Amino acid sequence: MNSLEVSQLAYAYPDGTQALFGVDLSISRAERVALLGPNGAGKTTLVMHLNGILTAGHGTVTVAGTPVRKDTLKEVRQRVGLVFQDPDDQLFMPTVRDDVAFGPANAGVRGEELDRVVKGALERVGMLEAMDRPPHHLSFGQRRRVAVATVLAMEPEILVLDEPSSNLDPAARRELAEILRSLDVTVLMVTHDLPYALELCERSLILSDGVIAADGPTRELLADADLLARHRLELPYGFAIPAV
Amino acid sequence: MGAGHHHQLYLPGGSVVHRLPPQCKLIAVFAFAVVVVATPRERFWAFAAYAVLLGVVAALARVPATYIVRRMVIEVPFVLFAFLIPVIGLGERVTVLGLSLSVPGLWAAWNILAKATLGVAASILLAATTEPRVILIGAQRLRLPSLLVQIAMFMLRYMDVIMDEMRRMRVARESRGFEARNFRHIPVIARSAGALFIRSYERGERVHLAMLSRGYSGQMPIIHDMSASVPQWGTALALPAVALAVLGLGL
Repeated sequence: MNSLEVSQLAYAYPDGTQALFGVDLSISRAERVALLGPNGAGKTTLVMHLNGILTAGHGTVTVAGTPVRKDTLKEVRQRVGLVFQDPDDQLFMPTVRDDVAFGPANAGVRGEELDRVVKGALERVGMLEAMDRPPHHLSFGQRRRVAVATVLAMEPEILVLDEPSSNLDPAARRELAEILRSLDVTVLMVTHDLPYALELCERSLILSDGVIAADGPTRELLADADLLARHRLELPYGFAIPAV
Repeated sequence: MGAGHHHQLYLPGGSVVHRLPPQCKLIAVFAFAVVVVATPRERFWAFAAYAVLLGVVAALARVPATYIVRRMVIEVPFVLFAFLIPVIGLGERVTVLGLSLSVPGLWAAWNILAKATLGVAASILLAATTEPRVILIGAQRLRLPSLLVQIAMFMLRYMDVIMDEMRRMRVARESRGFEARNFRHIPVIARSAGALFIRSYERGERVHLAMLSRGYSGQMPIIHDMSASVPQWGTALALPAVALAVLGLGL
């Protein structure tokens, strides 16, 4: 069974702006896929559909066999772990421990079991020692790692990261990459940081003007300069795709 | 405006007072304040006894007197008001150091001063021994409206974030040569405040989305089991109980 299946997804905002025009994609279990696209391509709109924050105007989203509908929202949100771009939006509780506990506690986990889940999730991102600190006393990179832990604690089927490398210094960026590689969950990484996609994801999708414009091995897509140029994507200065 | 600005009331420690569950302490302080307010103002010795009681709690909690006194400045506006009453008060008058003062005014001032000082000192002790977020957990346990508790909790969490945003806006204004010097500059500041409000509102929406994504359904989940035992209630309520006994002695 695929972790994620999106078919013919279309969406227009209430003001009439059409953002998605029929998106089709599927991601199999334990795959790490990058969703690339310029600003305004509809990446965030697509992400909001994956756990039912926005509901499809047309088409379907299926997470591990469960269609995203009003009556399945609770289950779907348990299975899709969304990591937002700004960790200050994601970490809203007074301490790191409370924040990581928020998701599992909403699912009814209590007491020692809750403690075990929280510690496990923080250990996976190397932030166990920050457990009792308030989030605003952590560095930006640490906050992003805790944000990943808040979602891991819910043992999701698929982890969806919105611009995971934004605002990170090179060391924090590498540390996060190591953590993401060490997890054995399906990952969908939304980014326009092409080298990061190459480093972490074998496969990439290009979302452009509300449709999937390309789907293939990251290395091949990034080597195609014309394709990138057509979709307003560019490799950073001096960066070349190393030969296979 | 540094980090942890609003935590300066809390004095970390592991004393009996620190370890009491927050709901017990909240009720104890509230009950103590009620007893203090209910005490007739003529009973000087009762107020002295209450002060001694608070001194005992402070000693148990290892909160130094200077720590409390320094934080009492919050009371200054009330003190100033209290000093005004005898001057502008009516009725029988006495002359103190060449000043003609009203006798009922003096009583009223003493009443406000004594009761407010005791109440503020008790609250400072509560804040010095209980972290703000833990006080909110106590409020939640005492069934305060969940919406109010959540609002206070988010205020606590986002105060620094918003202060930081405010500071960045000020830096941005000043780097373009703006400096608030007189009345004509108020519109600029007002517009900044408006922008800050909108940014905070938008952040609120994003936080709400993040909460929904993790299964929020209107109620904060119970993460800490902070139930209080009978001995803990007993320990906490000893303060208002003794105060009440002191009040009862005089009847």
